[in-house]
Amino acid sequence: MLQLNFDPAKCAACKTQDCLVKCQYLHLDKDKARTEMQKIINGEDSFVLHDCVTCYACEEYCKMGNHPFYLIVERQEEKGILPAPRSIATMWINQCEPRGRFTVGKVEERALSFCFIPIFPFLATGKLFDGIASSYIMGEEFFCNAVFLHYAGMSVIKDRLPKVIENIAKLGIKELICLHDECYGTFNSLAPAYGMEVPFKTTHYFEYLYEKLKELKDEIKPLNVKVAYQRPCSNRLSPKTEHFVNDIFNLIGVHRVKREYVGENALCCAEVIRMGQGYKLADDVQKRNLDDMVKGEAEYCVFNCPMCQLNIGEKVAKRGIKPIHIIDLCKMAIGEKPALEA
Amino acid sequence: MTDYTKQIHRCFRCGYCKFPSDYSDFNCPSYARFRFDTYSTSGRLWLIYAWLKGEIEWSEHLAEILYSCTTCKNCVEQCPMKFSSDIVDWIVSARSDMLEKEKGRIPPRVTSFLEDVYRLGNPLKERGKRDAWATGIKKYQPGDEYLFYVGCLGSYDEFGQRMARSVGALLNEAGVSFGILGNEENCCGNEVYLLGERELFQVLAERNIQKFKELSVKKVVTLSPHAYNAMKNNYPLVSNAYFEVSHYTQLLCGLLRENKIRPSRNKIKVTYHDPCFLGRYNKIYGEPRKILQSIPGIELLEMERNRENSFCCGGGSGNFVTDLLAGSKESPSRIRVREAYETGADILAVACPSCMTMLQDAVKVEELEDKLAVKDISQILTESL
Amino acid sequence: MTDIYKSLVEIVGEEHVSNQKEERYFYGRDPGLTPPHEPDYVVMPETTEEVQQIVKLANKEKIPIVPKGGGLALTGLVIPQKGGIVIDMKRMGKILEVNEKSRYVVVEGGVTHGMLQNYLKKHHPKLRHSIPDSPAISTVVGNAVIHGQGRLTQQYGFNSDMVSGLEVVLPTGEICRIGSHSISPYWFSRGAPWPDLSGLFLGWFGTTGIITKLGLRLYPAKKMRDVMVFLTDKIELVPDIILKLTHTEMTEDIVVNEQPLPPRMKGNIYILIIITGDSDEELDFKRKIIWDALWDIFESRDGGFLSVPADMKPPLLEMPSRDVVRFADVRKGGGFEYSGPIIPLEKYPEFITKQKELVSKYNLSYSATSRVIAGGHCMMYAFAFTFNRADDDEMDRIRKALREAAEFTVEQGGMMWKPTIEEQKMIIERMDPNTLKIMKKIKELLDPNGIMNPGNWEA
Repeated sequence: MLQLNFDPAKCAACKTQDCLVKCQYLHLDKDKARTEMQKIINGEDSFVLHDCVTCYACEEYCKMGNHPFYLIVERQEEKGILPAPRSIATMWINQCEPRGRFTVGKVEERALSFCFIPIFPFLATGKLFDGIASSYIMGEEFFCNAVFLHYAGMSVIKDRLPKVIENIAKLGIKELICLHDECYGTFNSLAPAYGMEVPFKTTHYFEYLYEKLKELKDEIKPLNVKVAYQRPCSNRLSPKTEHFVNDIFNLIGVHRVKREYVGENALCCAEVIRMGQGYKLADDVQKRNLDDMVKGEAEYCVFNCPMCQLNIGEKVAKRGIKPIHIIDLCKMAIGEKPALEA
Repeated sequence: MTDYTKQIHRCFRCGYCKFPSDYSDFNCPSYARFRFDTYSTSGRLWLIYAWLKGEIEWSEHLAEILYSCTTCKNCVEQCPMKFSSDIVDWIVSARSDMLEKEKGRIPPRVTSFLEDVYRLGNPLKERGKRDAWATGIKKYQPGDEYLFYVGCLGSYDEFGQRMARSVGALLNEAGVSFGILGNEENCCGNEVYLLGERELFQVLAERNIQKFKELSVKKVVTLSPHAYNAMKNNYPLVSNAYFEVSHYTQLLCGLLRENKIRPSRNKIKVTYHDPCFLGRYNKIYGEPRKILQSIPGIELLEMERNRENSFCCGGGSGNFVTDLLAGSKESPSRIRVREAYETGADILAVACPSCMTMLQDAVKVEELEDKLAVKDISQILTESL
Repeated sequence: MTDIYKSLVEIVGEEHVSNQKEERYFYGRDPGLTPPHEPDYVVMPETTEEVQQIVKLANKEKIPIVPKGGGLALTGLVIPQKGGIVIDMKRMGKILEVNEKSRYVVVEGGVTHGMLQNYLKKHHPKLRHSIPDSPAISTVVGNAVIHGQGRLTQQYGFNSDMVSGLEVVLPTGEICRIGSHSISPYWFSRGAPWPDLSGLFLGWFGTTGIITKLGLRLYPAKKMRDVMVFLTDKIELVPDIILKLTHTEMTEDIVVNEQPLPPRMKGNIYILIIITGDSDEELDFKRKIIWDALWDIFESRDGGFLSVPADMKPPLLEMPSRDVVRFADVRKGGGFEYSGPIIPLEKYPEFITKQKELVSKYNLSYSATSRVIAGGHCMMYAFAFTFNRADDDEMDRIRKALREAAEFTVEQGGMMWKPTIEEQKMIIERMDPNTLKIMKKIKELLDPNGIMNPGNWEA
């Protein structure tokens, strides 16, 4: 039975209560935060459990590494609190159920994970993926399942994730390059938080891209464009990878515009918020986010997560900013055409 | 390729096969011509299934329906089902089986086509020398970069010969190292394959592959998209073919990019007809247009049905000889030239000798000779040099 | 003795008549489950006068005639029960007139929905018609004759409600003009404010005459369309959801889907809501009104709006929807048929429960699709089953399921839509006897020799 590595003593010792104090949606002061957190630890009801928008940010804010968000998800499930309509959770549970329709390329010890997102096979092409593009895995059998964090579905994760890890390990993969940020976060934050051993190394595709771009340094023509970076919710699970965004941008001559909503204060794409909390909050978040990009005069909005790109790419484009995935931006820097139409 | 006998019942006769993507008109050439539902792909598939089950017997009319399909692949493009890519292959397989099981009871004109290829090496009943057209074009020698494969229409048909000369002259002008097989050239077998004569196709393909091997041919450039299609897609199924094949428009495009051909200003209005075996079969839509657009002053006007929605000229599957779709103002070639004329273009550009001959005849019948000239791309390019 | 074939050749030309086995085979069948009956001739006229001559010939020789459009009703309505002549109307393919100010189009009897849509997009982009999801080859007239439904049905009623006039060749050969154009050059009304004679022809499956021209109302075509998807796992909430949605008067089409595949659809009812607008502001406004209308249900977590990613919208918005025909290949066998009764909204839960019962009883692959009609005054509920044409047993099970579905419909007070011959008999058995008498009188008056699509509506 998988148990969350949560230590109440760490919360008791915490001086800042950053998890809830920094929350962009709940606006709690330190005292209130402490009180509500204690209720959650005790298994009591708290408005936090009902109003949490599941943006994952408190995982990052917690300097103790004590997994406040995972605890919230556990409590939501225990209490039958639905952060989103039941039918949407059902849709995800059925959609992601492994059913033998996975595809596996010529898998070697080093392989790409496409999760089960159909866009990745198109993105993982060209010189940046020379020599590795055919070594890939894709399908529900390799799906990280972290999406159930949005739907009080920790039990689904506990049930499916160990099998996913096994499916990957069984293929003899020693290093998995995760093209989906959320997969990386799952293997490096969520799985260890539950004591799930991950018997293969995981590399964030940012790191892979960065190293590859260094190899192809002579082919890089600086793009000299101004961009805004759209940080996905999942990157809150692996904040140590965030620096690669700047590293990559510096290599390829891309300038990040000044933004209010950046780093720890980034705003997510808000479509999960729409499904869970409704259009008013989602529209507000998106407006602030996009206004921020426009204010900075960004020419491009660079996406990390393809789902974010599908969700708000059109809205971004309507504001006169070109949506592009970071992989495509890197392709442009080495003279290749982007895989996805803007 | 799936076994059609186990799959052909999957057709729902929804009729999307009759249309292009935007439903602007009927895009199945035999349906446009005859208008009975039986002449559309769904009609054929249902009738083939009925024949397999013994619900209908062989008849001349069934044969006519089956062979009036020009295998243009509009249905493959439009069918919404998972098996769409196999549809034309099913029809071709059924033709093969019927040829065998019905002991060769096929339309007389198709019999004649196949017999002529078998006996004379071409379907045009030509007995003369295959390289009679080829003044100024040398024979292929081992070491030449390209074998220019001209094909039956290029060798014998008046318009095809013009095209062959025009392409040959351009290649010479650009300093391309190439030669032709001349009298040693054999029919490519594309139509033979599509008409279901597998054994004859096998013989033709093996003969050509063997000939290319003997001459150490590494690269073949074809005049006709039909030959391009046969060599690219069907020859590898017969035997290991160790050569690359391209269509002349791909080669010309490359030569333009390298500035080996430099067109000058030519103020003309042109519309381009995508041939099925270059377009839908092999997804080559860009190169012919790039060639035309490289001519300064040209105005390229697209017909409404272009690229993957191109309306077949009616010449495929041997119909440029058997002409099973002729005899009506709704014959596909006539529909197509009317469509071309409506664009306001003066020139209807083609990249296929089969389209050339079909559309030339149609322009005459439609009395548009003074208003619309049918020219192949190499000819337009030559006139712009 | 008249040589029928020769007479038909004289009317339409040799190329447009067939008495060959191949045409008789194909035109004697449809993609549904109705047993085949082959015609003796298939003929393709190009003008009203040719239709008239065919009808006169048939009347004289007492040969049955069956006018046919796309033949995609799937319930065997154009399968000639008593042989005779099938008239394939599709050569009458001209779009005759579009009146932009009064928003109507006049089409010949064989104009397809696909071509009409294309024509309007190209020449009258501010106008659209109510296109059904049957394949693009289905004809405007055929679809109207069976009271079809389309993308504008939620707003404006059955596609037949949008008819604004008819030209009909009566079974006795006269040509009649029905509606405003019986007296005026305009086709803006099919009857009102006078006796609505279109009711003598719409819904009669060709048993009272052949429609050679049809006027059809057109509607504003906005620049943009978008789709919202509301999911619920509670069947009993569906009528209430639809009432709330239709109350907003903000929606174009509302389609309710329940099916076990693909997996993401299992366990939920999908309510597709199409909205249109000329600006982002208009669409945003409509989205908000629609959200607010269902807010209570959303808050209770009994239902919610699914954010549809950009790449998943085109198939939902497509007109006609090609996904509909793909249902026929679920069993890799090229077949589907459905009983699509028209039911009062409040009966939805009972019908879907019944469908699941039938699915379980007969072990079938299914889809339950429903379209809201006229602001929710009723809905079309489809007991749709897909089959493998090479599996006789499966086809038989579906026939049984559809029969039970039809019986259930009658019990529940619904009306079978485009009923099969068998279903027509069920209706006739239960119909008010005096109503039946009128139907019989009309048929006898208009078709004294009983030549028009015999076997149908035989009271």
